[in-house]
Amino acid sequence: MLIYACKRLGVAVLVAVAVSLLTFSLIYLSGDPAMALAGEAATQQDIEYIRKFYGYDRPLAVQYADWLTKALTGNFGYSHYLRQDVADIIFSRLPVTMLLGACALVFALTLSIPLGVLAAMRPNTMVDRFALTLAVVGQALPSFWFALIMIFWFGIVWRLLPITGTESWVNFIMPSVALGYYVTPAVMRLTRTGMLEVLASDYIRTARAKGLRPPVVLFKHALRNAIIPVVSLAAVQFGFMLGGSIVIETIFAINGLGYLAWESIQRGDLPVMQAIVLILACFYIVLTYLADMLNAFLDPRIRVA
Amino acid sequence: MSDILEVANLAVDIPLAAGMLHPVQGVSFSIGRGETLCLVGESGCGKSLTALAIMDLLPRTAIRTAESLTLNGEDILNAGERRMSDLRGNAMGMIFQEPMTSLNPSYTIGNQLEEALLRHRRVSHREARDRAVMLLEKVGITAAASRLRQYPHQLSGGLRQRVMIAMTLMCGPDLIIADEPTTALDVTIQAQILLLLAELQKEFHMGLLLITHDLGVVARVADRVVVMYAGQIVETGTATQVFAVPRHPYTQGLLECIPIPGKTRRGANLGAIPGMVPSLIGELRGCRFRERCAYAMPACAADVAFRAAEARDHVYRCLLTPAECAGNARRKVPA
Repeated sequence: MLIYACKRLGVAVLVAVAVSLLTFSLIYLSGDPAMALAGEAATQQDIEYIRKFYGYDRPLAVQYADWLTKALTGNFGYSHYLRQDVADIIFSRLPVTMLLGACALVFALTLSIPLGVLAAMRPNTMVDRFALTLAVVGQALPSFWFALIMIFWFGIVWRLLPITGTESWVNFIMPSVALGYYVTPAVMRLTRTGMLEVLASDYIRTARAKGLRPPVVLFKHALRNAIIPVVSLAAVQFGFMLGGSIVIETIFAINGLGYLAWESIQRGDLPVMQAIVLILACFYIVLTYLADMLNAFLDPRIRVA
Repeated sequence: MSDILEVANLAVDIPLAAGMLHPVQGVSFSIGRGETLCLVGESGCGKSLTALAIMDLLPRTAIRTAESLTLNGEDILNAGERRMSDLRGNAMGMIFQEPMTSLNPSYTIGNQLEEALLRHRRVSHREARDRAVMLLEKVGITAAASRLRQYPHQLSGGLRQRVMIAMTLMCGPDLIIADEPTTALDVTIQAQILLLLAELQKEFHMGLLLITHDLGVVARVADRVVVMYAGQIVETGTATQVFAVPRHPYTQGLLECIPIPGKTRRGANLGAIPGMVPSLIGELRGCRFRERCAYAMPACAADVAFRAAEARDHVYRCLLTPAECAGNARRKVPA
């Protein structure tokens, strides 16, 4: 288990290095950063001055090493637009997005896993059809449209839920549902497929031949094996929700990372964008690593791989 | 000898798009305490379904009917799932064909063994573990205590089948059903496992229903033999009776297929039964073996009842006696 954990950690670090290289090269993606900073009316002299001032004249390797060491110590540079440390900006927005993502994930999992299990227990019945219909509808509805529909009914017509802000947990209901429902179909279908496969397996027959009660057969013997691919998917989806909450955060006016990313792209605030991409990518890596570890815990055969 | 298991007129029907499939029909037998009954027949003859029907583990779509089905005198035909789950793994256990896939890959051997006992008895984890160690040693697994912490993928097929056997013994069942327990194993391991089963059966004085298509196995361990063909019993008797004078042409054919030391001439061709098993879909009448039988007559198309041989407990489903078969031998199609 320890060997496996170390191996996966090595891979994760390598991926992180690759991501940091890509993120760093973002600065040069849109041309000369000094020229972009100086603005359109700048003279050649101004540009040269800015290039020197921000260190863009040094060799790329030196710039990268400098940027990376700073990033590792939590220094993501300075937003010239907001005149604030990037780290401060990001860490004031991050908790909101994390909370939203977590709520959305909890919503998605508590809806999709039981539904997937039910559908697998009774394939081709009403429950199964209902679950599949929900999956198709869920996958087909764009989340911005779904969010607006919810705002219209729950927020405006029935006045049940607040439509903006982050003051209390009630504010998070609609955004979480809107963000989470998009993940539900994939998780639901994967759970259903996995359960169908596992329920038909020999060791489930063995478990029943031992006289085990249906809940034990279902949850101890079947779900644990069926859930393994779901864990990997959920980890990726959680990362996706953190990064992909731009639309939802914008609609519900939630001051999170997604909203910040959108703002920064609009005003070309490169250091902020860079930091967001790096942080989200690292979240992905950490989540994938955690999912791998959880799977290794669930399935002893993975540990030796 | 009181019977542990009594099966009377058991049938399994499975509705298919093409019609009703009748994989098991009119199967009756009984197993006494300490008795080994071998259920013999080729693939698809309904052996495994018979076993699953007794355990009430048939696929959801299958329909089970019977005149009576009793375990230790208790009706298990109408017992209901709750009572059945109390009996399964407790009064009767089952060993399956595929040791490689019959254990849950996610749990340790110890967990899966102890679980079987903890489900049915009020015992502590410690007691369950002690019994698991004791039984693992009994089935010939060395370093049993450390095996408890291992996972199925760390064991070979033979070891896994031994674990399966130990698992069915956890509650000390009265009846063990072993569905081709050695088919998936190496030939060298097969004999070991079978001898082990036979030994344990004697030691614990259980009834053993052994399903196999290996007649060599039957000759070694069986007290009684039930020969099935296409979902029906065609012959049943004690092992000695059936092997000495097989009555049904199908049993005769089966026995011609295997070499018997001292009986089969060196260099002589072994027999083969020509043709294929009939489709079991829809209404079935007459002897099901008649299409492949060398002695078939027009009368075989009507229903064929059991008839007794000289010994009363040796019955077979054929219109002809072995002597009459021999008289008809010239009609035999060259194989």
